[in-house]
Amino acid sequence: MKNAHMTLTINGEETEVSFAPYKTLLEVLREDLRLTGTKHGCELGECGACAVLLDGKPVLSCLVLGLECDGREVLTVEGLAEDGRLHPLQETFADMGAAQCGYCTPAILVTARELLDRIPNPSREQVREALSGILCRCTGYHQIFEAVEAAMTCTPLPAAGRARDEPLETEA
Amino acid sequence: MSSGNGTPRDDLKIIGRPRRRVDGRAKVTGQTLFADDLVLPRMLHCKLLRSSLPHARILQIDVSRALAHPGVHLVLTGGDFPIPYGILPVSEDETALCTDVVRFVGDPVAAVVARDEFTAAEAVDLIEVEYETLLTIATPEEALATPEPRIHEHSEKGNIHKLVSLSFGDVDQALKDSYRVFDDTFFYQGSTHLAIEQHATLAAMDPDGKLTVWSSTQTPHYLHRALAKVLETPAAHIRVIACPNGGGFGGKSDPFNHEIVVAGAARILDRPVKICLTREEVFYCHRGRHPVQMSFRTGVDREGNITGMHVRTFLDGGAYGSYGVASTFYTGALQTVTYHVPRYRFQGCRVFTNKPPCGPKRGHGTPQPRFGQEVQLDKIAEALDQDPADLRLRIVEKPDTITANYMTVSTIGLAECIRRVVKRSDWRRKFRQLPEGHGLGLACSSYLSGAGLPIYWNRMPHTGVQLKLDRSGGVTVFCGAIEIGQGSDDVLVACVAEVLGIQPFDIRAVTGDTDLTPVDLGSYSSRVTLMMGNAAIQAAERAREILASAVAAHLKVPRSRLVFADNTVLDSADPDTSVSFQEAVCLAEAASGTVGTVGSYTPPRSAARYKGGGVGPTPTYSYTASVVEVRVDPETGWIDVPRVWIAHDIGRALNPTLVRGQVEGDVYMAVGEALMEEQTFRRLPSRLSPALVHKFPSMLEYKSPTSHDMPEVITDLVEDPDPAGPFGAKEVGQGPLLPVMPAVANAVYDAVGVRVDEIPITPEKILKGLELKRAGRSPRVGPGPFPDIDWPEPLEVPPPWEGGDGKAETPKDVPR
Ligand code: FES
Ligand code: FES
Repeated sequence: MKNAHMTLTINGEETEVSFAPYKTLLEVLREDLRLTGTKHGCELGECGACAVLLDGKPVLSCLVLGLECDGREVLTVEGLAEDGRLHPLQETFADMGAAQCGYCTPAILVTARELLDRIPNPSREQVREALSGILCRCTGYHQIFEAVEAAMTCTPLPAAGRARDEPLETEA
Repeated sequence: MSSGNGTPRDDLKIIGRPRRRVDGRAKVTGQTLFADDLVLPRMLHCKLLRSSLPHARILQIDVSRALAHPGVHLVLTGGDFPIPYGILPVSEDETALCTDVVRFVGDPVAAVVARDEFTAAEAVDLIEVEYETLLTIATPEEALATPEPRIHEHSEKGNIHKLVSLSFGDVDQALKDSYRVFDDTFFYQGSTHLAIEQHATLAAMDPDGKLTVWSSTQTPHYLHRALAKVLETPAAHIRVIACPNGGGFGGKSDPFNHEIVVAGAARILDRPVKICLTREEVFYCHRGRHPVQMSFRTGVDREGNITGMHVRTFLDGGAYGSYGVASTFYTGALQTVTYHVPRYRFQGCRVFTNKPPCGPKRGHGTPQPRFGQEVQLDKIAEALDQDPADLRLRIVEKPDTITANYMTVSTIGLAECIRRVVKRSDWRRKFRQLPEGHGLGLACSSYLSGAGLPIYWNRMPHTGVQLKLDRSGGVTVFCGAIEIGQGSDDVLVACVAEVLGIQPFDIRAVTGDTDLTPVDLGSYSSRVTLMMGNAAIQAAERAREILASAVAAHLKVPRSRLVFADNTVLDSADPDTSVSFQEAVCLAEAASGTVGTVGSYTPPRSAARYKGGGVGPTPTYSYTASVVEVRVDPETGWIDVPRVWIAHDIGRALNPTLVRGQVEGDVYMAVGEALMEEQTFRRLPSRLSPALVHKFPSMLEYKSPTSHDMPEVITDLVEDPDPAGPFGAKEVGQGPLLPVMPAVANAVYDAVGVRVDEIPITPEKILKGLELKRAGRSPRVGPGPFPDIDWPEPLEVPPPWEGGDGKAETPKDVPR
């Protein structure tokens, strides 16, 4: 089987990739681009752990063929931080216990980011709804909900300012 | 140990404060490397051929077509790994690949190593196995009735793997003398861990020619031992690195066949070999909650004090031993540590069936009997016309007690837990007073802060910690403990930082690596915080002593006046006289050479000296009380759990943010078990296949709670520092799960008057109960009589108050 080639924008960078044509976007990201931040728990579209943003919308990357992504934009957890600063969601998730084992976290973070981009001030119900396709087996979800809500008002500190693990203002 | 002396301390700078976990940044940036994230040059991929039959003899395996398939490097079969292994020395009944018999659908038969997963999967399909089918034993009842064919030769008799019979005092007499005796049977369905990360392992030969294995394991030390045994290689030439687990919950605590297979393959090929299981394979690996039938016969006096209790349990073990012997004992070990039980008899039976093996899942063997005990107490309270909270408050076990079965209860905050959930939930105004369809239920529980005995008999410490300090001012802490999401690395670092007066960020943790770190037995039995924490404190206190000597000499102040805080070492009498922590290390290095210390922890000796008394003892028990609110729709039976109140006796919360996460994660998993999760099997129509398959080995059909199903959780921590715990801490990872299932059942009864004496509590069962109620029959849904089992004579151990000393009466006593 001959490899396929395509060019797409990953985390803001134009990227060329060559991959076996049967591969899913999940596999292309993890295996061919070595972006292993995106996880998998089933590879059948059931657990949500593989969510990424495709042209700004959350998709399950295990259900998208790599070939479908030519010329499109993909955002993964590796692209959430900008200019040396973590995204507010990353800050609040780290501070507020929203990542336990951290395995569902990348998917939840990108999905929550899309939610906040779309609805800057979501209700608890909207947060629950947005995240309902991603299973988290560790947290019981509440610290995740709270971290998403706290991110609305959190101003991240520059990376160096976090060196001492000071708690954010938002810490309850 | 001065830091662990249990007196309340306001001077703690790190312990007890909500704080970002030390590995938080890695987890939110996607940089935590799980086993399947690892890639090595020249890496090959492995796939397993798994049995499609539940019970059969392997007559012949033809791998020639698979071997000839382009891209295939190696095909292995049972003959390549003839040496058996298993987590418990008493049941080493597994082989990496089945050698002669397959025992469940999913048992691995052969392995293919190929250039990629796709090729390996293609080649697996080319392997031809000729089987002779054997009778399938599908249910525990069939196992009792069918001694032959035996699934394992090591079973006690027929397909009965293990029989336990223990008696602490004359229970029959106690029941005879009781005011009332309550007889109930319960059933608790099996469920699985469902960690979101699928098991994965990578093995490679290092440049020196030694084997390295990276794996999603909770127990690298036990994997290390199994690898050494099966591969006949000195353990010192094998390095096991436990990657952070993407959730464990007990599901990654056995040494697994796939781990051994890729290790063997990497050695044969001298190339890295990786395997990642599919979700379906994970369902078949299992090792989860045993389905358990139970009988509780409990006597009480007029006030509701328990006079005697006879508990029988019947466990469906699946096809291998796994932790099953321990699980069996656990179904009878902790009934006595919550409420005073003066006389106690426990009989447990585990059978083999042709299904994936059961083992430890969060709460290991204790949620099932806890369900029975707490639902029965609810019935007892009602029969005696007492409030279930008051009844429990009256019979709560006393602190510093040795129970009838010789479990040592030291601190017990259960009464306070009960009072708190009663108050917070407004129990007094709501219980039995809510409108039809709305209900509240209460239940309590207890759990270990670490198993008192290791899995294999030895006198060595259960955990070790090493510290390296140098002139950089940085500290590295080494420990074999494993981060599975619970915050093990954070506890380790926090304990060291607190003692040395530095920041968590100044410390690097190296964990779960058998080459680099001292042995820790693993992330199971809620043992890590207590055991590793104590070892870390000991190592850090020793380091502080070394530093203090050097600083005292330098500053010319008495050592006893030195305080370690805020990255400085200062004279408490004159805070301006100080050196920085870094200077302190330099002074110590100059004075006495390279600075390094060790700490270790071994649990105290248990009072239980009888055979079987090794399961249940712990340095200290945690206690939990819960009130659950339910809404039941009488039309559809649909059940909602809007709110759960939990009070947990934790001793001290080391990092309250993580503690809350453990409590809520416990409640989450408990709600899943209570309402929906079932690891169940079905036979295919016999004209099609003799197979016995998982009903729904997929995350879509195996129902688990989503973000919509999670109730509100109101958590109260009872913090009365325990002398045995690091800074007074007890466990929290498992205990708060336990009371929720029975509290749900009790709440359903409060809401609609239906007793569901089994887990899960589904709308169908509630509807059935409502129908019975309408028909004027007993509104109870649950199992029938407990099966007839031919129990051995019980081992008689007189309780402490009847002159016992923890040993069985002769001649059955077994010295330890
Ligand atoms: S990996 Fe589970 S949904 Fe994609
Ligand atoms: S944090 Fe472990 S699955 Fe969500």
